[in-house]
Amino acid sequence: MALPETVAPASDRAARAPAEPGPWRDRLLRVLVPLAILVLVVLVWDWYVRAYAIRPFILPGPFLVAETLVKDWGTLSGALFVTIRITFTALFLALVGGTLLAILLVQSKIVELALFPYAVVLQVTPIVAIAPLILIYVPDTQAAVLLCAFIVTFFPILSNTTQGLKSVDHNLLNLFELYGASRWQTLLLLKIPAAQPYFFAGLKIGGGLALIAAVVAEFAAGSAGAGSGLAFRILESQYRLNIPRLFAGLILLSATGVVIFWMTSLASHLALRRWHESALTRET
Amino acid sequence: MSSTASADPSRRPVVRLEGVTKSFANGTLALDRLTLEVRPGEFLSLLGPSGCGKSTALRIIAGLGQPTAGRVDWPATPHDAGGAPERSIGFVFQEPTLMPWATVFNNVWLPLRLKGRSKASVRDAVMEALERVGLTAFADAYPRELSGGMKMRVSLARALVTRPKLLLMDEPFAALDEITRFKLNNDILQLQAELGWTVVFVTHSVFESVYLSSRIVVMAARPGRVFEEIEVPVPRPRDEAFRTSPDYVALCRQASDALTRAMQAAGREVA
Repeated sequence: MALPETVAPASDRAARAPAEPGPWRDRLLRVLVPLAILVLVVLVWDWYVRAYAIRPFILPGPFLVAETLVKDWGTLSGALFVTIRITFTALFLALVGGTLLAILLVQSKIVELALFPYAVVLQVTPIVAIAPLILIYVPDTQAAVLLCAFIVTFFPILSNTTQGLKSVDHNLLNLFELYGASRWQTLLLLKIPAAQPYFFAGLKIGGGLALIAAVVAEFAAGSAGAGSGLAFRILESQYRLNIPRLFAGLILLSATGVVIFWMTSLASHLALRRWHESALTRET
Repeated sequence: MSSTASADPSRRPVVRLEGVTKSFANGTLALDRLTLEVRPGEFLSLLGPSGCGKSTALRIIAGLGQPTAGRVDWPATPHDAGGAPERSIGFVFQEPTLMPWATVFNNVWLPLRLKGRSKASVRDAVMEALERVGLTAFADAYPRELSGGMKMRVSLARALVTRPKLLLMDEPFAALDEITRFKLNNDILQLQAELGWTVVFVTHSVFESVYLSSRIVVMAARPGRVFEEIEVPVPRPRDEAFRTSPDYVALCRQASDALTRAMQAAGREVA
């Protein structure tokens, strides 16, 4: 019964092969080039500090910073844990809240009209300006910091997911209508999958913002947050002119940010690699 | 167009449009009192320049959008308790319109899935549909891994998996290269012969419409309306030999002339 001559041409078969990992040289370069830059910067930094005899409370050398990182690991790791916990809790809550609200917004025009402007107001008001109020109203400092981080993280996920849920191919919507799809089926089988690339773009932005907001909120809380996160330790080090520890704290923050970026990128890649253009490597 | 056939249900028109008018919010009159009968088993092409409302007519038949005035009847279709016709329609869009996140199998499964059928229960039906378009080997592939012609075949498989009586096609091959298009034209004719479809096919290609159709309705634009009807009494099966026959050339000229006149008529009214 099959139609004649329906075997795929060779070019179609070639197109089917999953994206081959780049040749070894390419992968090695990917690691080696940034690493070489890092080594270079550290060496120049070290040379500069030694050559001009810069005192450690102005600019500590890289090896002193590394030493401090090891020596103060007890204090710093505790602070790191607090910051990470706040960041990820905020990110998780923003993920759940942002996605659910986005779904709600696209279900009803009235709900969107009622809520979206206020989500925008919350977003455009700088968090540093709201933080003092939140610190007064929320008795627990950790909870206040978490709330600040949540507010900042929430919006990019909400707005991206909303955009995604609305950016469905019109022909596909027609197709669903034609086959009598229910509202629920259309949401589950069409809108949510179609929103994925937008959602993950929001997640990437939100992930970075969650850490930034956690740090900013902690700064705003200042010394109020006894036994708190990395930002507090950084402030504390500044007061005490313990600049090596400040640098060590900074390095831990950067590393946390990089890990978050890497995790969100990985999640995005895993979800989209089979079908989305952004995950596609094309040979030309 | 006579409507003598009524006693024998199998001879009743599949769908009948009577005085169908469609105007859009911006004031465009897309269709002006369109009257059209689709006879069972025929291959009807709506041929016309862009803006003549042929796609709008197709979408109204599909139930995507209501006519502003006029009526659409389904004389040969049972109606449910609410009086709505239980239409059995397949629709093929101008683009393949596949879900890029779903495999070929899952794309073809979609119409049945929306009716609540589980994957296991329709595996055979989906694979049969894929076999008819020659894509069984690609059931687990994603749309982006397929060529344009193959995507269109998936779209066809999805349309035929519900075993529709009426297949509506909206310039389905317009974006494909000529070789692929010829091949898919032959496939459509063969599938129609095998499955006994009634087809309404929207196109702006004279050659395609003559090759495929048993009847061509030439439409004129501004406002969209039926301009002329051309019967194509060439028996099936048709193949490449038909494409080069004097009959084909003569019919193409006839359709082409009608199309030219339709466009001139529209032009006069605008001017």
